[in-house]
Amino acid sequence: MTRNTRTTVFLVAAAVLAAAFTWACTGLPRFGTDTHPYGDRAVRAALAHRTANVVSAINFDQRALDTLGEESILFAAVLGAVVLLRRARDEDRADPEPRRVLPSTRLLGAALLPVTVLVGVYVVAHGQLSPGGGFQGGVVLATGLHLAYVAADYRVLRRVRPLAVFGALDATGAGAFTALGLAGLIAGGSYLENVLPLGTFNQLTSGGTVPLVNAAVGVEVASGVIVLLAQFLDQAVEITSPGHAGPVQNTGGGAPGNPPEAS
Amino acid sequence: MSGTSGGVDWLVAVALVLVTVTATCAALTRDPVRQAAVLSALGLCLALLFVAVQAPDVALSQLAVGSALTPLLILLTVRKARRTARGDGARPDRSPGNGDARREREGE
Repeated sequence: MTRNTRTTVFLVAAAVLAAAFTWACTGLPRFGTDTHPYGDRAVRAALAHRTANVVSAINFDQRALDTLGEESILFAAVLGAVVLLRRARDEDRADPEPRRVLPSTRLLGAALLPVTVLVGVYVVAHGQLSPGGGFQGGVVLATGLHLAYVAADYRVLRRVRPLAVFGALDATGAGAFTALGLAGLIAGGSYLENVLPLGTFNQLTSGGTVPLVNAAVGVEVASGVIVLLAQFLDQAVEITSPGHAGPVQNTGGGAPGNPPEAS
Repeated sequence: MSGTSGGVDWLVAVALVLVTVTATCAALTRDPVRQAAVLSALGLCLALLFVAVQAPDVALSQLAVGSALTPLLILLTVRKARRTARGDGARPDRSPGNGDARREREGE
């Protein structure tokens, strides 16, 4: 395809998109008014299923299929990163040696690690009641665990983070979401249908399948992010690439014009 | 925007200004290490904006991903690129931590 053809195709497509988008926008409800047709229906549906956090009710009940798609994207992205960043045949693994950590850094990390993990678990567990949920809490859990790396060193982090376990947990979380959908299909008649007893409003067990799907997402996101960060850490700390004996220019992280040591 | 009172609108305006300023700073910063720090601040400002427009779920996501995860991945990538550039292929890198300036090598 020549340059001119490409430009023509782009301009035609852009014109069609602009016209369709403008046409669609004219049909939208006015911005900033007191009428929220979708919001009202979503809140009513969430209350009907006794889920206090309407956002979680939308994510894990009303539009759970969308969330399943998103979680699959995350799973595939982590899988892709693992495949890309794995140790190649010509790369060596060298154990990093520990270095002295400032006492204040060590104290702060040691004090914050349990607090952060607890906050992460709380955010996941209360996803159906208060803001937050599996995704937010999962990321907090995963990043919080890496305080072990900041406060101590890489070997301590490796001990608190058995990678094989988290890899398996990642797959388990993704599989549990799909399995819960199938359970809804068998027991209720449609995929991801909320078939469990709804419980009492504003209790931890309320919302039927919402807490379970939320927990599956929490496990998957936390393990997925841990596995993802582990691949990056492996590359940054442990894996040494061959064939780079001399200094190479322009590798300062993609900023041409900066010397590699600028910081 | 569901700001019914003047106070909420004022908060939204302040958060919007903060987001604009930090986003411009992030775009103008060329060094990836500094950019990671500015991106972290941008994530915090965006989280404030989302709280101001009453979207705490999104604010939490933004805080966790934008302020912690993305800068961390950028810093680790820069570290790998600089190690490769420095030619550490034969010698193990001795820093287990995340900042050469913050740590000194132990006597062993």
